[in-house]
Amino acid sequence: MELTALPRRSKLYPPLLAELHDPPAQLYVRGDVEILSQPAVAIVGARSCSAYGAQVARSVAGELAAAGLIVVSGLARGIDAEAHRGTLGVGGRTVAVLGCGIDRDYPRSHAELARRIRAEGAVISEYPPGIEPAPWRFPARNRIISGLCAATVVVEARERSGALITADFALELGREVFAVPGEITSGLSAGTNDLLRQGAAPLLSAADVLAALGVQEEVRPLPPLSPAGGQVLRMLADGPRDADAVSRSSGRSTAEVAAVLIELELAGLVHEAEGLYRVSPGTSRALGAPA
Amino acid sequence: MLARALTHALVGLEARPVEVEAHLQRGVPGFSIVGLPDKACQEAKERVRSGIASAELEWPLKRITVNLAPAGLRKEGSGFDLPIALAVLAASRQVPPERLAEHAALGELALDGRVRPVPGAIVAAEAARRAGATRLFCAHESAPEAALAGIEPVSVRHLAEAAAYLRGAFDPPAVEASTPRANGHQPDLADVRGQERARRVLEIAAAGRHNLLLAGPPGTGKTMLARRLPGILPRLTLPEALEVTRIHSVAGVLPEGRPLIDRPPFRAPHHTASTAAIVGGGPGPRPGEASLAHLGVLLLDELGEFHRPALEALRQPLEDGFVAVSRVQGQCVFPARIRLVGTMNLCPCGARGDPAVECSCSPQRLASYREKLSRALLDRFDLVVVVPRARSRELGARGDASEFVRKRVEAAVQLDSPQLERVAAELLDRAVDTLPLSARGRAKVARVASTIARLAGEQRVTPEHVAEALSYRSPTELSAWS
Repeated sequence: MELTALPRRSKLYPPLLAELHDPPAQLYVRGDVEILSQPAVAIVGARSCSAYGAQVARSVAGELAAAGLIVVSGLARGIDAEAHRGTLGVGGRTVAVLGCGIDRDYPRSHAELARRIRAEGAVISEYPPGIEPAPWRFPARNRIISGLCAATVVVEARERSGALITADFALELGREVFAVPGEITSGLSAGTNDLLRQGAAPLLSAADVLAALGVQEEVRPLPPLSPAGGQVLRMLADGPRDADAVSRSSGRSTAEVAAVLIELELAGLVHEAEGLYRVSPGTSRALGAPA
Repeated sequence: MLARALTHALVGLEARPVEVEAHLQRGVPGFSIVGLPDKACQEAKERVRSGIASAELEWPLKRITVNLAPAGLRKEGSGFDLPIALAVLAASRQVPPERLAEHAALGELALDGRVRPVPGAIVAAEAARRAGATRLFCAHESAPEAALAGIEPVSVRHLAEAAAYLRGAFDPPAVEASTPRANGHQPDLADVRGQERARRVLEIAAAGRHNLLLAGPPGTGKTMLARRLPGILPRLTLPEALEVTRIHSVAGVLPEGRPLIDRPPFRAPHHTASTAAIVGGGPGPRPGEASLAHLGVLLLDELGEFHRPALEALRQPLEDGFVAVSRVQGQCVFPARIRLVGTMNLCPCGARGDPAVECSCSPQRLASYREKLSRALLDRFDLVVVVPRARSRELGARGDASEFVRKRVEAAVQLDSPQLERVAAELLDRAVDTLPLSARGRAKVARVASTIARLAGEQRVTPEHVAEALSYRSPTELSAWS
């Protein structure tokens, strides 16, 4: 196991992290040490997330990574894992911050994900090898996640969620905090909607983060679509639907709708989860813009 | 004094000829059966003795030895009662032994001498015909089944009738080889409103022998849809129907009065079923649900609730089309070419996929629910669709009746497999790069696309066919375990 110990006084110690009032005295790093000092965004949220949250985490992470940012999260199930996967999926680089000893892959089921993160980015912890995961270590881990990043995105969070602790740390440091708006009736969005009430910036697309960080956004026009593709895409931009509903409202056959949805999915314009098709974040804006 | 009768022992789906020899000697009266009888067969002694007495025939007061040859083959079940009784009667010259030698016999005796049916009559009858017997004694209920095998059944209700027949004093009722089957009610696709996508997928599964997984929240009609698949499958040919009938006969589940199963069978075992119940097994191996569904549909409702070993055991039949059960004594092969239909919720509480309810499953519970379905098993499903919750105002129109769909399926099955166009192959390559799709997944999509082209009556697989096939692949939330 290749392990780098990074003391406070090291030149490689991430400068943003050093701004914490109690920065970790030592960071243990497996993977690439240098990316810790590059511009990064944290994406955090609930472990038991909805399909909507998972998709938003994945695609926002992908778009931020494609723009050259490092995506930081906590290797937990749910939103955290989706953020890591979304980054790796577009060939981006990601950092996982552990709340246990650097030698542990916690949770165990994410051992393979952790291996890929080490290969493409870094897994870090303030705890030396052998430290067991414990509930009270996770808030401390969260201060490192927000400390490393210029902005923190909370995708889904219940009230009193750990992700809100991450957001609080970010606010204390005067860093940007984004929250993804959710349905007011959904408990999974209670925490994020509350952040919005307190003044967090709403995240409507990855471009919001890029604009706040002053990163040049690549404007991606819609690829040329068939008439059916355009019709279905506009329909989905009004809200998620299942394939049967699309075929009913468009008057097209089940077979044709299935083919059109795949065309849109391959173009990266829509995503399917649990039977519902949704437009990817950013697609609505592209639809509004002149082609 | 010695007499012989011919009968058969079941080994898997095979019937092996067994000669029943009865020998009467002077000595202390007694009755013993030798030749590896199992418990049920050993107990034939009591039934045969009472049966003969009830038929007002004479129980010979001799030392009676019955040998079941070949002695090395295990004899299981109660079907040996009738041949043993007849051999004893022939040995004591109450019926003519030379007439008995022309017949095979199969059946269980009641204590009052009535003849009861036993499983596997059609298989025994076929073997008897091959062994050169022209007639088969069997229970009245088994006679139509035996007639299917092309042997003349001697249908008897009582041991006294059999004895009278052998003496030439009784004429058994004639049995028709093919009894017209009552038009059993099959659920019709026209009953399903909406669910256009799921209906389309059923049609594709029927035309291409694809396995199908229906996922979605409870109450969306997954089971209702699955039950309508047998009705749109092509009708069985006579050899196919006989093959299915043999399996059902050996398992003892043939419906009474309907000897020939001429419709694709449908089996839906409960999720508590054991591995042996699903793929077959037991000491004298019996066909399991997978074989009972041969050439038809095996529905595993609530796939995630089945025992994991039972699910894993299904992998072999899904790949090879048969189940091989190995025992110390040898191997039995049961055919099992099935269309597997699985239904499952998207999470243990069932709320996922339903926009109106919020899922309350903990991440650990969700992970363990999904881990139960190994990748290897999920890979066997060519078609995966999420069945959404239909809202009442959107229930939609009724679709085609099963009758019409079956006509389309039968037409598609006749066609040769079409060529994959180059543009279509390129689309597949692009999909492998963009979507989470493995090499095996690619091959599955190509197979489904070929079925879709045949359903459309086309010679070539176009990009539209591939695109449609791609939309029925395993969705990410079922394949990427998080």
